Amino acid sequence: MLVLSPILVPLLTAILAVMLRHHQRSQQWLSVAGAAALLLCALALMDDVGSGGVVSVALGGWSPPYGIELVADGLSAVMVLITAALGLGVLVYQMSATEPADESGMLHPLFHGLLAAVSGVLLTADLFNLYVWFELMLITVLGLLVVGGGLRNQEAAFKYFALNMLGALLFLAAVAMLYGATGQLNFAGLSEAVRHEELKAALPVYIAILISGFLLKAAAFPLFFWLPASYHTLSAPLLALIGGLITKVSIYVLLRLMGQVFVDQPGVFYEALGWIAVATMVSGVLGAAYHWDLRRILAFHIVSQIGYLLLAIALASPAGGSAGLFFMIHNILAKASLFLIAGIMWRTAGHYDLRRIGGLYPAQPLLAMLFLIAGFSLVGVPPSSGFWGKFLLVQESFTQGHYAWGGLALAVGFLTLYSMVKIWLEGFWKPHPLGAASAARVVQLGPAYASVIVLAILLLVMGLYPEPLIRYSSAATASLWAGGVP
Amino acid sequence: MTFLVLMAISVVVAAAVYLSLSRDIFRVLVGLTMLGAAVNLIVFAAGRFASLTPPLLASAEDAQAAAAANPLVQALVLTAIVISFALLCFALVLGARLRGAAGSDDAQEMHTAEPIPPDPLKPPELED
Repeated sequence: MLVLSPILVPLLTAILAVMLRHHQRSQQWLSVAGAAALLLCALALMDDVGSGGVVSVALGGWSPPYGIELVADGLSAVMVLITAALGLGVLVYQMSATEPADESGMLHPLFHGLLAAVSGVLLTADLFNLYVWFELMLITVLGLLVVGGGLRNQEAAFKYFALNMLGALLFLAAVAMLYGATGQLNFAGLSEAVRHEELKAALPVYIAILISGFLLKAAAFPLFFWLPASYHTLSAPLLALIGGLITKVSIYVLLRLMGQVFVDQPGVFYEALGWIAVATMVSGVLGAAYHWDLRRILAFHIVSQIGYLLLAIALASPAGGSAGLFFMIHNILAKASLFLIAGIMWRTAGHYDLRRIGGLYPAQPLLAMLFLIAGFSLVGVPPSSGFWGKFLLVQESFTQGHYAWGGLALAVGFLTLYSMVKIWLEGFWKPHPLGAASAARVVQLGPAYASVIVLAILLLVMGLYPEPLIRYSSAATASLWAGGVP
Repeated sequence: MTFLVLMAISVVVAAAVYLSLSRDIFRVLVGLTMLGAAVNLIVFAAGRFASLTPPLLASAEDAQAAAAANPLVQALVLTAIVISFALLCFALVLGARLRGAAGSDDAQEMHTAEPIPPDPLKPPELED
């Protein structure tokens, strides 16, 4: 039952929020209460699972090979926890309404629908069920993209829809072929069935289609164009949730499928994934270097960071998986706090474009400090959480002899630093082009600061005392590629 | 039978790819929907067709007859059809609204979300 709760609680909250759509204030409080309940469920689930345990439930009393199974292990439990924490943080931020809320009252139901879909993806152990949750994720993100928006949002939603739909269809086609070949949809059943010798010839084709679908959804090179084309039209809190979480969920699925289900694949897969990862890192960070709009800079950095996570999968070892999980947790937190900080910058300085703002350092010293923490974490300056993530990752690439991948990952760090320094110099350091930063509108920024401060504290703790999390993530990913490196 | 379905799937995929690559947003939506239909056919093909053996188990049996069509893929394809229909409805409304607001159905003419910079060296400025 506890395994089901991260799906049921947000669904229930979504239904109640639809009923309260004409009462904006009470809907907002209900939404926060729902997210807090989800966080409690996630904590209880985490406690239940421990670091090496597995909790599973077979829905409707149908035993695993036939029924749909939901499984929480160390890997999915920590991802559910981070989803719930981020959801709560973003909703608290939304309380200070740094951007106008939409009038239809559909934002909160869609938000909780998205949380339910993400939990479903994280917990399911059934390939077709995974497809259903991904489609739910797609439709709620599309809803959030267009809700209360104008032409710009509709254009973005169209681009988002066209490419993500293609990814979902590739995935569904692969699911059909895999089922036709193995007769299994359950992850455990599949990982047994794909070991059969007579499947060795056809299987890599199906798995390649499956991986391409997820690579598209994760915004990997060369199919990432939908991401910087659509994300910047979202408001800052939604951008933090969607930009922080959605692409990483695809990476999580890849990590689980490659590491646990389709373990023994030809080495060329990993070689290709590694180069795709490097190309993703480089192209993302170059796109970020070109842009001057805060949202677009950060959106391109999502692409670049996806490259690091793909590199963790390409390394195909327990140590690589563990580095990937650590990096993923760090990246979700760092990315989300940067987007939230960008929202406050927009509110206090009046614009998202770095050429039209400035003077934030004297005006908002606390914001400047928070930006430094989040920005340095993203770059990986020691001792920040990003440093440990990159350290583990690069160390593992060098151990495996992939010097080019590790070296390029380090080089991309310098370009990330360039981007963050650009934001610092232009947004905080130089004087505001309109004189004093008094262009600021009078707004309640209390809740917004509260959620950013909590995220920054989490990042600081991860950076200064990474031991427990590193130990946890290596225990949680110990079962990935347990048979050894292919 | 299998060969015929295979041919049908390839024709639908070819038409869908042609339409999806169009600049006209409505054609893109129809193309993606057709691609969805082709994928649904693939799902359906994953458990044999042209079988008259009913997929029923007598009380003593624990596996269905080898020639019977697999009922699970039929359940799967129904789910997939429902989902793709819901997405199609959403996408058609989105396309109609987009066309109304943009005044054009040519995807190349839509530059509100990603404006073209006046000078290639200067990245575009968005209005807020």
